[in-house]
Amino acid sequence: MNLRRFSLIAVPYFWLLALFLVPFLIVFKISLSDIALAIPPYTPTLELSEGWAGFRDFASQLDFENFEFLATDDLYWKSYLSSLKIALISTFFCLLIGFPIAYGMANAPKEWQPTLMLLVILPFWTSFLIRVYSLIGILSQEGMLNQFLMWTGIINDPLTILNTNIAVYIGIVYTYCPFMILPIYATLTKLDGSLLEAAEDLGCSRTEAFWRITVPLSKAGIIAGCFLVFIPALGEFVIPSLLGGSDTLMIGKVLYEEFFANRDWPVAGAVAVILLLILIIPIVLYQRNEQKQMEAEA
Amino acid sequence: MLNSKTCTVLVAAVLTAQAGWAEEVRVYNWSDYIDEDLLAQFEEETGYELIYDVFDSNEVLETKLLAGGSGYDVVVPSGTFLQRQIAAGAFQPLDPSMLSNTGNLWDVIQARTDKYDPDGQYSINYMWGTTGIGVNVGKVQEILGEDAPIGSLDLVFNPENMEKLAACGVHFLDAPGEIIPAALQYLGEDPDAKDEETLAKAEPVLSAVRPFVQKYHSSEYISALANGDICVAVGWSGDILQSRDRAWEADNGVEIAYNAPVEGALMWFDQMAIPVDAPNVKGAHAFLDFIMDAENMAAASNYVYYANGNLASQPLLVEDVIGDTAIYPDEATLETLYTTTPYDARSQRFVTRMWTRIKSGT
Repeated sequence: MNLRRFSLIAVPYFWLLALFLVPFLIVFKISLSDIALAIPPYTPTLELSEGWAGFRDFASQLDFENFEFLATDDLYWKSYLSSLKIALISTFFCLLIGFPIAYGMANAPKEWQPTLMLLVILPFWTSFLIRVYSLIGILSQEGMLNQFLMWTGIINDPLTILNTNIAVYIGIVYTYCPFMILPIYATLTKLDGSLLEAAEDLGCSRTEAFWRITVPLSKAGIIAGCFLVFIPALGEFVIPSLLGGSDTLMIGKVLYEEFFANRDWPVAGAVAVILLLILIIPIVLYQRNEQKQMEAEA
Repeated sequence: MLNSKTCTVLVAAVLTAQAGWAEEVRVYNWSDYIDEDLLAQFEEETGYELIYDVFDSNEVLETKLLAGGSGYDVVVPSGTFLQRQIAAGAFQPLDPSMLSNTGNLWDVIQARTDKYDPDGQYSINYMWGTTGIGVNVGKVQEILGEDAPIGSLDLVFNPENMEKLAACGVHFLDAPGEIIPAALQYLGEDPDAKDEETLAKAEPVLSAVRPFVQKYHSSEYISALANGDICVAVGWSGDILQSRDRAWEADNGVEIAYNAPVEGALMWFDQMAIPVDAPNVKGAHAFLDFIMDAENMAAASNYVYYANGNLASQPLLVEDVIGDTAIYPDEATLETLYTTTPYDARSQRFVTRMWTRIKSGT
């Protein structure tokens, strides 16, 4: 019995160990190394053949120099802040658009729901890259959006959207909205309709019932959706580099420059470790909150 | 459970896969950089199966090489990158006994590539070119007058000219290692400078024209120039000539001209080399030898409008290529061309940081 329990728990732990902890330790180790002109382009590398002495020698060469370096240049914290801002605003707009869609889906006739669900997932059948590229065609000076707006007479001169931060927001919100809709939809369909009836029987208006019953009960879905949008948006590289301008500052682009242009894997590693720390704090807070909730329910 | 028949099939499959591996040659070259008929011809002549992948920046290639185990047999870095990669131990020396066409190479080019790879121990020249200015002649003359300095760096580094050109559209390469040397050359400084004091002198020049540059990008200008969307691009010779031909084919009234600036232009070399861990060394040499064949090299140059380092191919080049001084510069222009050497880690960081500051203002 115990063995069975152990092996059940071991699977997710092994997953975490192999796909999170080990890669993280490798990146962390690189972030403590020094840049070198070699394959791989950093030193020291761990020589297992030299045994314990080799390991001690290896460990003594590691230091936090690269993290100190990040503090000396304002490029890095400005990029982190700018990424946080872009990710937060995008998450907000995804919620603003995603919640009504999920709400509408959950309240649609039962026989429509599989089709609606399919429509939300459908964009994933086209490659992410192709969808971002087609946004270039829509948002450019001679693009469809500007042509449409000029045709309706709303504007006289084409708007410059492509290669600005607005295009980055549009790209992120468009790409990640399904990740907001699906978890919210999942919690809303599980919502017990009799609770809303009871609220109305007790004299609650429909709007009030929405805010006091529907929203709190779908909180888990909202939080999950926000994380699913916020986390990938923070480290996003493809969308800002294709749709953003050269003044769009995001940490994903800085990471790319460190890795490819400067060939400085150690500094790139340090940038990545700090990015992970920024992400881990809200995740841990969320996890704690969940645990408390589960304990309260039990 | 596996029965013996399945086992036999599996073993046979593994063996064939291994045999198949040995017969493959994997080449990693720049995009739009060869006549694709040559690829089929190579397979036909040698019996190897050719796997041909493309990249669009030296940085991407270098990261793959330095990570190790790229799996490629032939790669095509530019000279400065090649030099650094040789130092990092990324390549193996060529085996002259497997190369029969080395006699076709052009000594003039070899003398210059010796700077990166002494005596061509690790590489052969594939193509070379210059970094200069492409203009939409009609539009630029309309804005700046008949005597617009289309052959001078003054066109793109003088804010007065750039301010007038901005509305019509100007693109710069997103390549700090080529634009910064050009700015230094414009100032009369050493374009190959590595010290921070000299490098920093390029910044005010580039920042002053920054508001008038529509985009820093290394390939979009080809179609943007041809379509008439922009009227000036600082770019690579062959790319601008390709855009000239596209405009000519489209017959849209756009006339594109390429000039290596009179102040002097960067001359660069793309070199074919064999990674140290190439799976098929013999096949790699076969590919290099195939490329060094005069007829094949001429076919490639006639197709992509870049000059090559193969003297024997010159009689086979079409007049459009060999007769065009934008591709094969005359003696006097050749004198003004300069080359650069790789940045070390410290100056590279300085240059990348400066470039980010120029582009983003941060």
